[in-house]
Amino acid sequence: MRLSRSARVVAAAAATALALTACGSGSGGDSGSDKITLSVSLFGNFGYQELYKQYEKDHPNIKIQERTADYNAHHRDLATHLATNAGAADIEAVDTGFIAQMREVGKQFTDLGTERESEYLPWKWQASLTKDGQQIGYGTDVGGLAICYRRDLFQQAGLPADRDQVSAAWASGWDKYIELGQQFTKKAPKGTAFFDGGGALYNAVIGQAPVGFYNPDNTVVVSTNPEVRKAWDLVVKAIQANLSAKLVESSPEWNNGFAKGQFATIACPAWMMAKIKDQSKAYAGKWDVAAVPGGGGNWGGSYLTVPKQGKHVDEAKKLAAWLTAPDQQAKVFTTQGLLPSIPALYDKPEVGALKDPFFNNAPVGKIFTTAAKELKPQYQGPRAGDIQTAIRDGLLRVEQGKQSSDQSWTQTVSDVERLAK
Amino acid sequence: MALKATLNRLDAKGSPYLYVVPFFLLFGIFGLYPLIYTGYVSFNDWNLLDGGEHQWVGLANYREMLQDAYFWNSLGNTLSIWVLSTVPQLLAALWIAHLLNHKLRARTSLRMGVLLPNITSIVAVTIVFTQLFGRDFGMINWLLGLVGVGPIDWQADTWSSHLAIATIVIWRWTGYNALIYLASMQAIPHDLYEAAELDGASSTQQFWRITVPNLRPTIIFTTVISTIGGLQIIAEPLLFAGTSTPTGGSDRQFQTIALFMYEQGFREFRFGYASAIAWTLCLIIAVFAIANFLLTRRIANDEE
Repeated sequence: MRLSRSARVVAAAAATALALTACGSGSGGDSGSDKITLSVSLFGNFGYQELYKQYEKDHPNIKIQERTADYNAHHRDLATHLATNAGAADIEAVDTGFIAQMREVGKQFTDLGTERESEYLPWKWQASLTKDGQQIGYGTDVGGLAICYRRDLFQQAGLPADRDQVSAAWASGWDKYIELGQQFTKKAPKGTAFFDGGGALYNAVIGQAPVGFYNPDNTVVVSTNPEVRKAWDLVVKAIQANLSAKLVESSPEWNNGFAKGQFATIACPAWMMAKIKDQSKAYAGKWDVAAVPGGGGNWGGSYLTVPKQGKHVDEAKKLAAWLTAPDQQAKVFTTQGLLPSIPALYDKPEVGALKDPFFNNAPVGKIFTTAAKELKPQYQGPRAGDIQTAIRDGLLRVEQGKQSSDQSWTQTVSDVERLAK
Repeated sequence: MALKATLNRLDAKGSPYLYVVPFFLLFGIFGLYPLIYTGYVSFNDWNLLDGGEHQWVGLANYREMLQDAYFWNSLGNTLSIWVLSTVPQLLAALWIAHLLNHKLRARTSLRMGVLLPNITSIVAVTIVFTQLFGRDFGMINWLLGLVGVGPIDWQADTWSSHLAIATIVIWRWTGYNALIYLASMQAIPHDLYEAAELDGASSTQQFWRITVPNLRPTIIFTTVISTIGGLQIIAEPLLFAGTSTPTGGSDRQFQTIALFMYEQGFREFRFGYASAIAWTLCLIIAVFAIANFLLTRRIANDEE
């Protein structure tokens, strides 16, 4: 009761603030008779269902329609809609892996202005800013990094299962993580690997590097940046130590892997927690969250954009701003576990002190806000998402025993060069 | 009287053309125009995200394509999957049609039954088969395990992925072709079989000596249709990969031409290059359809 009232007050305040900044054409709030339908196109679960209801209640003339597709299909559809100048939703979500590509065609999107700059993590704000200073997207969440693990499996393998002990065991870096994995494998239950798959592990490792696949001038540095190869070698080492369940993230078999307990740990940006909860219901309370080896990093996180081709650009801008406003981000974190991209929230009790019963009451608020504070921002170039896929395929070739690490690396580099051409 | 005769003659001569006009109109709008436009696009350097901006580059896209190892790889995969699916599919269809042509109980429902796989959604079919071919918990690997064959990572290797995708195609289209064969079998005069039976011909002999030669035009038709479908295959390999990435496996081991075209167009947003691939695919299909037609005609002739 108290929560909903305060949220309503905030919503009203936000709406008033926005009404002041919005330009005059066809202002929404007053003309109650004409209902406007706003479409919101997302990939995966952003945790907005309850928020829509509230927004619709506060804005009787607005009806919100959500459509979701899977990650790849969503971004491909968005590109097609931009190309043909038709069919895009009023609000379109864009993931970190694709935001730079969209930023390059910034003229297709509505400029969201600079009013909210001070709220955001600076690197998050920068990442969706075009060269000429146009803001194409409001940040929703950031990834942050942790490791989610199955404490029951750790216990069965004779490893320490307490999260502080686990965090301490690999605090010095990924080599310790691999060592622990080797200990795990010796006594692990049959059919259980240490982690889900090379591609996913790679994303976490490279997410910690100060420079990833791109220099800030948009040149691809995959073949020259030693961090990229270092992360590759590390993952190959883990694969060759037989620690990988050889599953591709988000594939049906990967989903199956949760239910069948095929792996004991998974690189865990905050948004991954929602996926684990969806796929692993039978193991509620047996999952736990530990700190990531080797300090903070980032994997994923999204933006809400407003394509120019929409019919209700002004209303869409307001809704996008409201959905990403501090109070809503805090709410999405408590319900869905998506880590806010607004740092002022990190010290708020409802965020920083949040515990999650699914993860054995782990202090996920503290773990992820610490990770976010330690996070070294990494520049994402136009084809970052596709490069990630190319590297995943390269590591998969090693997992499948089709190629040696060096052979696969050579092919991966040439694939990346082809993508970046 | 004379006027009525003229009108009648006009009606007889003219109206057939009028009746086929809608098809050619529709074909012009939805077939010919996209074909020509795609041809135009294929001579340009055209980034999909840039909207209308593009640059005329002549044959550069085609030149690049001919030197592109991934293009040839996808062509090889397509042909391999096509052979693996079409040949067993048509043979099985012929056999099933032969069985259904006998006097059976519940004949109609059996005949309708063979069409069921075809009307099921291709996405659902592929997802089910992808589960069956699963590496860790798939039913096929489980069955193989019962006879002592180790689990196969169906997606990982070229031969195994082609086999799995061909199975999906076969399952889906065999019944459809069987019904076409069955319809055509019913047109074969029954006294031919009666005479053969009197002469002591066995069922197998009747099949090869009477049924197959009489089905020649139908066999040509189904072969051409299956070739066109087989060379355009895209949904099965895309969904078989499980994550809707259009590269067709970790090493592009099951990326078909249509999938390669889709990757270039809708992942790399190279509209011009994708169009060049589309046009080439169209030419390849035309060549194959003609070759098929000539070949199947000859085979049937030889048998006579």
